[in-house]
Amino acid sequence: MAEVNLVINGEQVRAQEGMSILEAAREADIFIPTLCHHAEIDAYGACRLCVVELRQGDRSRVVASCLYPVAEGLVVETESEKIKNYRRTILNLLLQRWDNIPRALLDRYGAAPNPRYVENMTFCILCGLCVRYCRDVKGANVLGFIGRGTIRQVVVFPDQAMKYCPTCGNGEMECLHYCPTGVITSDYQGTGPANGQPLPHAYPVCIRDETNILEILERVGHLEY
Amino acid sequence: MLGTVDRIIDSYGARQEALVQILLDIQHELRWLPRPVLERVAARLELPLNLIYNVTTFYKHFSLVPQGRHSISVCVGTACHVRGASRLLGRVSEALGIKPDETTADEKFTLKTVSCLGCCALGPVMVLDGEYMSNPNSTDIAELIEKCE
Ligand code: SF4
Ligand code: FES
Ligand code: FES
Repeated sequence: MAEVNLVINGEQVRAQEGMSILEAAREADIFIPTLCHHAEIDAYGACRLCVVELRQGDRSRVVASCLYPVAEGLVVETESEKIKNYRRTILNLLLQRWDNIPRALLDRYGAAPNPRYVENMTFCILCGLCVRYCRDVKGANVLGFIGRGTIRQVVVFPDQAMKYCPTCGNGEMECLHYCPTGVITSDYQGTGPANGQPLPHAYPVCIRDETNILEILERVGHLEY
Repeated sequence: MLGTVDRIIDSYGARQEALVQILLDIQHELRWLPRPVLERVAARLELPLNLIYNVTTFYKHFSLVPQGRHSISVCVGTACHVRGASRLLGRVSEALGIKPDETTADEKFTLKTVSCLGCCALGPVMVLDGEYMSNPNSTDIAELIEKCE
């Protein structure tokens, strides 16, 4: 594979063609925060925390480093003022769904939980790591997304779950270790819904706010037949 | 029901890329997408069920609950809102005995709200099976409903 040279934060970095900027940076021990990235799973671009600035003369672009491939002569800034601002905004938005983002990360970019939003907390940031792990690595398709926009959420398909989950990771359920928020770990136990109430076709994974979830299921029609 | 589904799938050569088109055609014939249908589509196209749900819940056009034989939409867009959409919606709702997004028990009517139909000057607008009307009163609505089979 061809080698390419790029500059990250003023430092010369060598990388293999086909790598993402994120991978090149990590290999060079340069920090870029991520929430939806995992080395074993294809990049997805959901959390946007990995944004970096690409400089070309006095022009600059902001791209998601987990998806952007390295190229000869790229000039990348990972912690410019602009990027720090972006990350603060992104973290503040994520905080509205999940208020337990690691303190160090929040402090680094000056983000802070806002008590106004606690009511809407879902704890799932829709990073898709669980869904993608189950689909791409295990080929089991037990988890999936339903809905769009503000009602988008992760659900589990019970028939598939019965088939695969009991033996996955020797009963450990491997997806549990991928969720950055720990939602699945705390709420999705065994192969049924945590609240013990059988819904016919798709169980929500994040069962902290039951009414919200019932409403969503109703809206997409899972409760009715 | 599944016969229809198979026929539609075959007409697209059971191609995965035709998923949305297949679902649209099925919904056109059955008016909604019952679960066994989704399972059949998944099996025939060799796609996982979670993907089928992802797609069918993404597009608002698809319905996973039964739809009435007739559809009534009331526009609640800005112009119609200002011109009294909520009162119109109330009248329709009362005449049918259902709330928006619901279907009558006899599966005759489904009531929906939409946001701007592009004919704001007629507002508040109601559409019955594709026919537009401007601010029908309770008597008009009762008559229209009566006429539907
Ligand atoms: S449940 Fe966890 S892993 Fe799955 S999408 Fe939500 S935050 Fe990500
Ligand atoms: S890591 Fe790149 S968008 Fe989440
Ligand atoms: S707002 Fe109702 S038609 Fe435009």
